[in-house]
Amino acid sequence: MVMEKVVYQRPESLTDTVTHYCPGCTHGVAHRLVAEVLDEMGIREKTIGVAPVGCSVFAYNYFNHDYVEAAHGRAPAMATGIKRVRPQNTVYTYQGDGDLASIGMAEIVHAAIRGENITVIFINNAIYGMTGGQMAPTTLAGMKTTSSPLGRDVELTGYPVKMAEMLSTIDGAGYIVRRSLHNPVNIRKAKKAIRKAFETQERGLGFAMVELLSSCPTNWKITPQEALDFIENSMLPVYPLGDYKVHPELAGLRV
Amino acid sequence: MPIRGRIEVNQLHCKGCELCVMACPQDVMALDMEHLTPKGYHPAQLVAEGCTGCAICAIVCPDAAITVYRETPQKTRATA
Repeated sequence: MVMEKVVYQRPESLTDTVTHYCPGCTHGVAHRLVAEVLDEMGIREKTIGVAPVGCSVFAYNYFNHDYVEAAHGRAPAMATGIKRVRPQNTVYTYQGDGDLASIGMAEIVHAAIRGENITVIFINNAIYGMTGGQMAPTTLAGMKTTSSPLGRDVELTGYPVKMAEMLSTIDGAGYIVRRSLHNPVNIRKAKKAIRKAFETQERGLGFAMVELLSSCPTNWKITPQEALDFIENSMLPVYPLGDYKVHPELAGLRV
Repeated sequence: MPIRGRIEVNQLHCKGCELCVMACPQDVMALDMEHLTPKGYHPAQLVAEGCTGCAICAIVCPDAAITVYRETPQKTRATA
């Protein structure tokens, strides 16, 4: 007799709402990984998410736990308040690069400096997705966007900002890593990193951020598969993956 | 006998992005060009025998649209 077991099913922490993300956008993968981690840790009921402004502005519709919406870039400040008032809850922000690395740069840096015990999921897709593909602080040198049609000129607009490296220099940070979502191996690694980022918070080890290299097929004007290839070939050399800061207490943690 | 599996694709969530089709190690998936989902996309589906239930399609799926099943052979036990 042959029996069947379920190897994979939609995580409980995601609602049945269909996302508004474009086909092939890895925002969905990041959502799924967060949801899977919350399910595995059994902390869905006590988790409060903070949604940003950007493509992931409707994240509160997609996650099956409490969510609040912050003003543009202010998610870390809002998460700070929530975590200080309700330290028993798990608090995380989910932010894109326009939100976190541009308008919200001060908030994220100071949240890390204060060593706030929150988790940050940072989606780096090198572009402003929601508003139509303008240049972001993370846009690669020479990359064409709607506001840099000839390619990003670093003489004029500066260089791409490397958030993980930058925040890893701050003493209050407990766990700062960069992962990518361009193939199954790296998606698995990203999930482990997200798990560790939430474990950092559960153990009170300080500020945790996972930077995820993500794709934007629509605004990069290529197919979803080509977008994943773009991450691998063009983004990885500029944004090397790695553990930039890991609290000594997390070093031996197996997840 | 090789391990056998199957997938179910949620027609509401699938957006036909083809990432699962590209990632499938057995190369047994394709878009269903005969049908449209309620959102107007061609959904992914199994098109050949050979699915092992490895769940790599589900790992790359941005919309968590795929449920993966794997057959587990039952050992015949001589129990009293």
